[in-house]
Amino acid sequence: MAEQAQLLPGTLDLLILKAVSLGPLHGYGVLLRIGQITDSALLIEQGALYPALFRLVRQGLLKATWGVSDNNRRAKFYELTTTGRKRFREETEGWNRLATAMSAALAARSEEV
Amino acid sequence: MNLPAYLRSLAARLFHGSEAADDLNEELRSHIEHRADDLERFGLSRPEAERRARIEFGGYQRYREESHEAMGGIFFETLVQDVRFALRVLRKSPAFTIAAIATLALAIGANAVVFGVMNGLILRPLNLPQAQNLYGTEYGQDSGWQAYPNYVDLRDRNHSFDGLAAFNFVFVGLDTGKDPAAATGFATSGNYFDVLRVQPYLGRFFHAQDERGPGSAPYIVLTYAYWHSRFQDDRGVVGRVIRLNQHPFTILGVAPPGFQGSLLFVSPDFFMPIVNQAQAYAGFDLNERGNDHGIFEVMGHLKPGVTPAQATADVNAVGAYLQKTYPKEFAHKTATLSRQGLTSFGGPVRAFVAGLMLLAGLILLAACANLGSLFAAHSADRSREVALRLALGSSRRRILRQLMTEAVLLALVGGAAGLAASIVLLRKLSTWQPFTGAPVHVPVTPDARVYVVALALALVSGFLFGIVPVRQVLRANPYEIVKAGSVGMTGRRMTVRDVLLLIQIAICAVLVTSSMVAARGLMRSLHGNFGFEPRTAMLASTNLAMAGYPVDKVPAMQRRMIDAMETIPGVERAGLVNSYPPLVYGAGSRANVFKDETTDLRLSNVAAMPFRYEVSPGYFEAAGTSLLAGRAFNWDDDKNAPRVAVVNREFARKMFGSVTNAVGRYYKLHDGTHVQVVGVVEDGKYLSLSEDQQPAMFLSAQQSPVSQAYLVMRSHRDAQELATAVRNKVRELDESLPVQTGTWESFLEVVLFPSRIATIALGVLGLMGAILSITGIFGMAAYSVSKRMRELGIRMALGAQRKEVLQAALGRALRLLAYGSAAGLLLGILASRVLAFIVYQATPRDPLVLAGVVVAMAILGLVATWIPAQRALSVDPMVLLREE
Repeated sequence: MAEQAQLLPGTLDLLILKAVSLGPLHGYGVLLRIGQITDSALLIEQGALYPALFRLVRQGLLKATWGVSDNNRRAKFYELTTTGRKRFREETEGWNRLATAMSAALAARSEEV
Repeated sequence: MNLPAYLRSLAARLFHGSEAADDLNEELRSHIEHRADDLERFGLSRPEAERRARIEFGGYQRYREESHEAMGGIFFETLVQDVRFALRVLRKSPAFTIAAIATLALAIGANAVVFGVMNGLILRPLNLPQAQNLYGTEYGQDSGWQAYPNYVDLRDRNHSFDGLAAFNFVFVGLDTGKDPAAATGFATSGNYFDVLRVQPYLGRFFHAQDERGPGSAPYIVLTYAYWHSRFQDDRGVVGRVIRLNQHPFTILGVAPPGFQGSLLFVSPDFFMPIVNQAQAYAGFDLNERGNDHGIFEVMGHLKPGVTPAQATADVNAVGAYLQKTYPKEFAHKTATLSRQGLTSFGGPVRAFVAGLMLLAGLILLAACANLGSLFAAHSADRSREVALRLALGSSRRRILRQLMTEAVLLALVGGAAGLAASIVLLRKLSTWQPFTGAPVHVPVTPDARVYVVALALALVSGFLFGIVPVRQVLRANPYEIVKAGSVGMTGRRMTVRDVLLLIQIAICAVLVTSSMVAARGLMRSLHGNFGFEPRTAMLASTNLAMAGYPVDKVPAMQRRMIDAMETIPGVERAGLVNSYPPLVYGAGSRANVFKDETTDLRLSNVAAMPFRYEVSPGYFEAAGTSLLAGRAFNWDDDKNAPRVAVVNREFARKMFGSVTNAVGRYYKLHDGTHVQVVGVVEDGKYLSLSEDQQPAMFLSAQQSPVSQAYLVMRSHRDAQELATAVRNKVRELDESLPVQTGTWESFLEVVLFPSRIATIALGVLGLMGAILSITGIFGMAAYSVSKRMRELGIRMALGAQRKEVLQAALGRALRLLAYGSAAGLLLGILASRVLAFIVYQATPRDPLVLAGVVVAMAILGLVATWIPAQRALSVDPMVLLREE
């Protein structure tokens, strides 16, 4: 397995929103989707996902409905609400600004200063 | 946050709590199964795949709890869970549960009772409209006693009050036509009901315009309670004529239920206009400015925008004006405004109740300390359970919350029990009439405020003793505890528990000390020297005005009564004293006297203010007051003879230098009358037991007749028989004359009341303190013995003596007891200085008290450690060592 990075605080919520924005998913599916889109570069303990999911539901960003998975098992599916979609866009922009600023700052060399 | 969504989920959690929990469990299980499906696809067997899936998932319990919390509404659900668990735990250790609840019930009950008293007497405003800006005037140290003309001037000259009303007490015979009986009333100014803003229940009230000079308003208004008991709620009483002391009065109306004037302690039977007071008191001159017993209290509502400070200045300005205008009759003492209800008792009552509240608070604190250490021991015994829960991933916060729930649950149950008991007690207290024949009561019915305070105290004490084991849980290391089993406490240093116990013992010792000081003081005051002998003296109160005697017929009738009394078999001597004898009802009047050479009789030249009594021949022998020099009165000291007086030793010393100097000398009364001192009697107590030695003068009752008098009979006969004989004799003389009898000792109840209440209150609190200390010490000793059984067994096996075993097992508890008692004794001695204000002769510098406290604490220690000591001694090393 490739080397895994520690998750920054607050990033899990954004990752979940991203994963769910690509289509409704159940909890395990969210985890798989995150692994897929990050190329398994991030270390997430499986159980840690659930408190985050419930927090997002309580904040009204996600809504959940019981359904049946591809494995033919009962599972709870999550999808974005309208507020969730809005929040996801805002957070993405915020993250991009931060990331650009950070990488620019870290790429700076002594002669440029 | 999306508020409606939150509320919806909260409601869902609240009402479908277990549904939500099932939902969560199913979802987490579904996750693990999906993962196991994937792992199976990689070639693992199903059981192995499920095991791996669970491990990968991480701390199941922890995530479940965190998820739960993230869902919201967790608070209530956890609460229900915690309460259920707490109930299970408490049911498993009934001894601990019962001890904790009983302790709390006692402590919170005591606090609720004391707070109920404080609420009823101090915090609750009078049951009158706009009572918050109703103020009375108070002069100097005295209650509001003042002369009627001074009240009229104050009423008309002040600019601060929306009308000023005044009242005085009247004690009359009230005859409805068939059954004359004594009744208590307020003689009030005409504007009384209008100033207090009260409306009649039936008929009408009298008003200012009804007053047209002395004797012009023969009306009375009944209180609702008296109308109910004496007139059986008869609505036809309005307009009926009844007789007060044989004078016709018309019933105008009935006051509303609950209205009893402006005094908390006293509920009168009726109200009558003060301008007719002379009909209740024969010979009473309302308009004499020198008669400072015309008015008991003056009160009124402040005008809007006037502050109490402005009003005080205003009242003092009127006082200064009166002093300048009437220098002979009026000496202005600085006035203050006071809240209505408690009169001049206000200060002492407030101080006493505040002191009691403090003590009750200490009891509660002691109870919390006690429970805290019990609770800590209880939860230390559960350290394995705590360790297991920690190891399984439960958070420390969650465990503390669980412990707190247990503590608060105990506190609430204990508090409810205590509150219930206190409500019963307060209700009883409210219907209690401490003095037979006097309309005095203690209005302390509990209300919502008492309930709220008791509840708050219960919660606070729950948290207080609940936090004691917190540190213990926070420091707990699950691995150590699971490995080693519960660890014995062998530490040498002081633990929090020791400190708590120490504080508690000290508090208990303070209470024991102060209750003993109070009890000793009370005992001494019962056997002190009063200047008369109350034990074999019978008193009979008569008021000739009630039977319609005019003042000039009074001396002859009084002499006939005294002679008649002396014919009763067993009566050695009889005499009479006008108004009230010393120490009866705390009533007494003072007079201003001048030296004989003083010619300018202004008040600033007053030489002394002795208590003034008017007594008949035979009084001193009947009262048991010994004559030190000169002679007592005889029947020749009447209206036609020169004015004579007998004075007490203090008076003689103050006015003439010595007892022997005084006999034969002269002094002047406030109106300039020459009086010759013919005898000197011993000093005594006059108004209260704790007063400093006061001067007193006794004038001849025949020279200044008053219709209200007490007959005094000296006799060794059985009190009850004698009382019957006295009443029969009075009836023989005049059938229409009401008479009230009792031993002088029984009349002392009133003056002894404060010290008695103080002693009882302190005694009860001291007893509670003692019980708490016993349980505290017992708990600690028993716990330390049970924890060190093994060590004790080894010691015994190695040949330790009984003494050494006991020392090892109980030394610590006993040392704490000794230190705590010493500290408490010192504090108690300091506290007793405060007590001396209430209880006569309360002094802690009394070897009996000191010895008593030491013995009491030693007995407490013995009782508390007896069972643990027996247990420690009965250790069988063989059995113990084999067991472990």
